[in-house]
Amino acid sequence: MSDTMIAASGLAKSFTLHLRGGVRIPVLDGLRLEVRAGECVVLSGPSGVGKSTLMRALHGTYRLDGGRILVRHRGTMTDLAVADERTILEIRRETIGYVSQFLRVVPRVGARDLVAEAAVAHGMDEDAARVRAEALLARLNIPRRLHLLPPATFSGGEQQRVNLARGFIARRPVLLLDEPTASLDAANRRVVIDLIREAKQDGAAIVGIFHDEEVRAAVADRLFAMEPLQDAA
Amino acid sequence: MNGYNFAYLDEQTKRMIRRALLKAVAIPGHQVPFGSREMPMPYGWGTGGIQITASVLGPADVLKVIDQGADDTTNAVSIRRFFARTAGVRTTTRTAEATVIQTRHRIPETKLREDQILVYQVPQPEPLWRLVPSRAETRRMHALAEYGVMHVRLYEDIARLGQVAISYDYPVMVNGRYLMSPSPIPAFDNPKMHRMAALQLFGAGREKRIYAVPPYTEVRSLDFDDHPFRPARAPQACILCGATDSYLDEVVTDDRGGRMFVCSDTDYCAGRRAAA
Amino acid sequence: MSATLLSARELSFAFGPIPALRGVSVDLWPGEVLAVVGESGSGKTTLLNVLLGRLRPDAGAVWYRDEAGHLADVHAMAEPELRRLHRSDWGFVQQDAKASLRMAVSAGGNIGERLMAQGARHYGNIRAAAAEWLERVEIDPARIDDLPRTFSGGMLQRLQIARVLVTHPRLVFMDEPTGGLDVSVQARLLDLIRKLVSRLGIAVVLVTHDLGVARLLAERLIVMQGGRVVEHGLTDQVLDDPQHPYTQLLVSSVLQ
Repeated sequence: MSDTMIAASGLAKSFTLHLRGGVRIPVLDGLRLEVRAGECVVLSGPSGVGKSTLMRALHGTYRLDGGRILVRHRGTMTDLAVADERTILEIRRETIGYVSQFLRVVPRVGARDLVAEAAVAHGMDEDAARVRAEALLARLNIPRRLHLLPPATFSGGEQQRVNLARGFIARRPVLLLDEPTASLDAANRRVVIDLIREAKQDGAAIVGIFHDEEVRAAVADRLFAMEPLQDAA
Repeated sequence: MNGYNFAYLDEQTKRMIRRALLKAVAIPGHQVPFGSREMPMPYGWGTGGIQITASVLGPADVLKVIDQGADDTTNAVSIRRFFARTAGVRTTTRTAEATVIQTRHRIPETKLREDQILVYQVPQPEPLWRLVPSRAETRRMHALAEYGVMHVRLYEDIARLGQVAISYDYPVMVNGRYLMSPSPIPAFDNPKMHRMAALQLFGAGREKRIYAVPPYTEVRSLDFDDHPFRPARAPQACILCGATDSYLDEVVTDDRGGRMFVCSDTDYCAGRRAAA
Repeated sequence: MSATLLSARELSFAFGPIPALRGVSVDLWPGEVLAVVGESGSGKTTLLNVLLGRLRPDAGAVWYRDEAGHLADVHAMAEPELRRLHRSDWGFVQQDAKASLRMAVSAGGNIGERLMAQGARHYGNIRAAAAEWLERVEIDPARIDDLPRTFSGGMLQRLQIARVLVTHPRLVFMDEPTGGLDVSVQARLLDLIRKLVSRLGIAVVLVTHDLGVARLLAERLIVMQGGRVVEHGLTDQVLDDPQHPYTQLLVSSVLQ
């Protein structure tokens, strides 16, 4: 299927906590997921079932015990699970965007420049990136006077909106959204819904975790239900 | 003189010094260590220059000795007498007549010839000594031609004072390869070293180093493209002979600020006066 | 080893009976930042010195690929060549800026030195380059003639960075560049390093014990313990999903 953007199969991931006597916690086992261009798949399931773990595996942050994650990168399906480090960095730059739950704060860099950086990394010209960043921040209701301030002192909601701007500014074919609306009010939630819809129309394949029913209903094309594994012995 | 070899030093010592001289001439500007001998005058009185002169002197040579350009200062007189007594060679005050000229802190104004040797007395042979305290490190720098630190020194002078403030012992690049100390001659004299027809030998007795500049060798004073080296000289004319192109000594004549400027090179001045 | 900028294979080194490096291999590609993380005694400083060519390993080799693409064994190089490399293509930012700067030479002279060592002979151009770099490292260019002893710790470190980067090196080694500095000063310095490294496309080997610094500056990371590399990967992989017990200990020990 030429519009399959992600094809993950046999995903297995466990955590071994050496500081707790080596207890092994399996989280994913034999998981299979496919996402096509233009569709938004929402991960659902109880807390702790492994939704964020799956997201981070799709981003290449969590390393798998087994399985494959094929991603359409530069026209071919590349297995993220065995790709070398440079390829993963390339995939993140060009193909997979990630909006995490928390904004990683960089000291001294203003909100606008933080957002613009994400576009420049994707290949956009610096000046164009700054203009786009300002527009996006405005859309997300971050007032102009905050654009040059480092987000360290922003509220949780403001930080999350800067994060969202970072995630959406570059048009990447795959978007991973981990609780993007967690600290937002109704108005900003609707902005995010619009952004997601626009991305879908652009052909982006989106995987998202949304606790908010309204957002889920507005953007989800289908739900991917996850169930907890049997307890380890 | 009884009991002493010709020119005081024994033949083995002369041989050792001549070998060092040959090596020095083969590598222009490079410092060659040598076994500096106990001489009958203390360090600081020209023992390095004296040992070189003693090693190159032959019975037919004519020797001139100057100190700050003058033949009649105490040092010049003593050294000249030393060689008169130990070698019995003819001595002179006339630059043009000499075959070997030993000098402290000046180059004669009279242009030297291919058949002449100029022997310099050197207190500190290492041009980097003020900038780099470790001799091991300076040896390495010379071996690798790493002279950036000297250019930094010149840069600092220009930044602080608007020009390079080195008035004597101005560092030079010899043969495009070695950084050399020309000995404490005034910067004004540096251009005379460039492609000089005479052989230039340098001796540092206390530091035990010999170096040389063969005839017609390139000797360039360090500078920047936009701050070229300009030899400085008092603008006056010599009050005795009227020369405007020689290096002048400033002589204080009274305690009311009176002063006069006189050629530092006594032979040059006398020659001009005799010709006038 | 295709197109790597620097490659080390199976490096071993012992200080007498004490092994400091045991079979360490490292690769660095052009333009990327690699953090070497470990506590005291991990061998990270020894690794740095071996990579720099300052310590000869008992076993193993370090290869550097120059701009023309030629691979050279760093420890087989003649000393003049290695020294030239250190002055031009390579840079080393030390933890103690005073050890690298000439404290009796003005800021401008310090920055200009590498240019003069490479044959720059135009005073005006050298001074202009120095002033430009002072601005880049956020030091008032009016201080170009000031002596470093009048500079604060953070300024000294920024001056050292300017002094090192002025010849546009392709590879810069950094040893705890923010060590001993106040937190606010560290933040400023890290921000500066981040910007310069990304703008100039410099490859960096960053030795640090500070995971926060590693996370901020580095794309890849290796964790050292007892002279061995116990874990390696992308920075977020190692710090968010640590596999090795020691890495898990390190990560859990960081104050948030």
